[in-house]
Amino acid sequence: MSEDYKIRVKHLNFYYGKTQALYDISMDIKPSRVTALIGPSGCGKSTFLRCINRMNDLIPISRVEGEIVLDNFNINAPSVDVVMLRCRIGMVFQKPNPFPKSVFENVAYGLKVNGVKDKAFIERRVEESLRKAALWEEIKDRMHASALMLSGGQQQRLCIARAMAVEPEVLLMDEPASALDPIATQKIEDLIGELKEYYTIIIVTHNMQQAARVSDMTAFFYMGKLIEMGATDTLFTRPGLKQTEDYITGRFG
Amino acid sequence: MTQENNIIEHSFERVHRRRKLIQHVIFIIFRLAALINCAGLFLVVSFIALKGYKAITWEFLTQPPIDSMTKGGILPCIIGTLCLGIGSIIVALPVGVASAIYLSEYARPGRLLKLIRLGISNLAGVPSVVFGLFGLAFFVIYLKMGESILAGVLTLASLTLPVIIGSTEEALKSVPDTYREASLALGATRWQTIYRVVLPAALPRTLTGAILGLSRAAGETAPIMFTAAVFFTPHLPASIFDKIMAMPYHIYVLATAGTDIEATRPLQYGTSLLLVAMVLGMNLVAIIWRSVLRKRMK
Repeated sequence: MSEDYKIRVKHLNFYYGKTQALYDISMDIKPSRVTALIGPSGCGKSTFLRCINRMNDLIPISRVEGEIVLDNFNINAPSVDVVMLRCRIGMVFQKPNPFPKSVFENVAYGLKVNGVKDKAFIERRVEESLRKAALWEEIKDRMHASALMLSGGQQQRLCIARAMAVEPEVLLMDEPASALDPIATQKIEDLIGELKEYYTIIIVTHNMQQAARVSDMTAFFYMGKLIEMGATDTLFTRPGLKQTEDYITGRFG
Repeated sequence: MTQENNIIEHSFERVHRRRKLIQHVIFIIFRLAALINCAGLFLVVSFIALKGYKAITWEFLTQPPIDSMTKGGILPCIIGTLCLGIGSIIVALPVGVASAIYLSEYARPGRLLKLIRLGISNLAGVPSVVFGLFGLAFFVIYLKMGESILAGVLTLASLTLPVIIGSTEEALKSVPDTYREASLALGATRWQTIYRVVLPAALPRTLTGAILGLSRAAGETAPIMFTAAVFFTPHLPASIFDKIMAMPYHIYVLATAGTDIEATRPLQYGTSLLLVAMVLGMNLVAIIWRSVLRKRMK
């Protein structure tokens, strides 16, 4: 049965010091789908996302309980190598954060730190990733220019290409379009639609229309709890709970 | 209503004029405060330059002192100061950068970290003559290095260390966390992240700090007077265990204990001018270097 799900979260609790940020989250995520996490600011959706690639490890006082099972192993198990885990679960951040290096070096970075030396292979993979991110045509002549010269939208697509270059299985996106203008946002959304064929995508968004447009499944978080999860069409048209309905109709949050 | 409006308008206008005046006066004071710095630098440099420029000749730069240091040049002092300055940076830079990386990238907050930070900030506050005595007691006598370039270099390195640690830590802190997150999320280890992303981004500021430390070390007298510098030697150093002459100490000697203090005034000013020029030159190099590195990053 477990093959039906890429990620199974079981009774996840998360604490910042003594403050509990996530309460007993359980969720199953299907492969090759886009799952949107929605909810008001501070509801824990970003914290939850960062549990999946263990980015929260960087916070010294954080503590996590419960299991997150990727395919068949619990990523919170002590034996798990976070470096290997993060090769399988890529992440795109809220603000575009390219390194102050060339476009090429940015995309090649993940391969290089993982020990790939074959130059031809790296070049091929960089091009492939940029094509998948719908950026290649725009910047193929500027591969050795600094990534910081690109526009915000291009930078974000570069970051997506950079994440894809190591061929992860899961792509986590933390409000990837919130710092972008509507046209750049449109491009990112189109891209997400194309990429879900290859990846299991989990996206945090503040924007309800965006969640409705890009996702197959939607999970509504409130005050650190998973309130309701379901197919996006159903959740937005016939939410099961009053709380969810209030939020998606804009009555609070 | 109109009357009330008039009152408001009137009072607004009065207050507005006063506010503008206050702002004007405050900014003038601030501008003066800023100008005092430049004036101070200008006065010191021009005073030394006027008094010292005649002493600076080709002979002055390329010959050792003669006639009980009342004539001749200061070549051994220049070489000595270069050895001490560059030597101390070679020792202090790796140790300082490594400490800063540990403190700001690896160390978990706790008692040990607080203790180390306390130690570093106290080290920065220790008067340089105390470093001199420490160098004498520890490097020269206890470690049996004798008065030597090595002992002087190590003493100066201990003095510059807090400066370098401080500036490197600032440099590391100024690197946005988003770079670290991006790198880690791509499956890089923490060390790869530091080595490939954080350090290159922090390099310009780190180097600036290092060169400022170097220029400070080059100008110090007290730390080297017991550990490395001698009154007079006609020889250039052959190894790191030799004693040497150094410019700051040479100025001190000529001005307080020379054979003819009055007659050597031009030499004193000449040496001072050269020392100031070297220090300013190093700072200039730091500034240019930094801007080149910054440009390359963009």
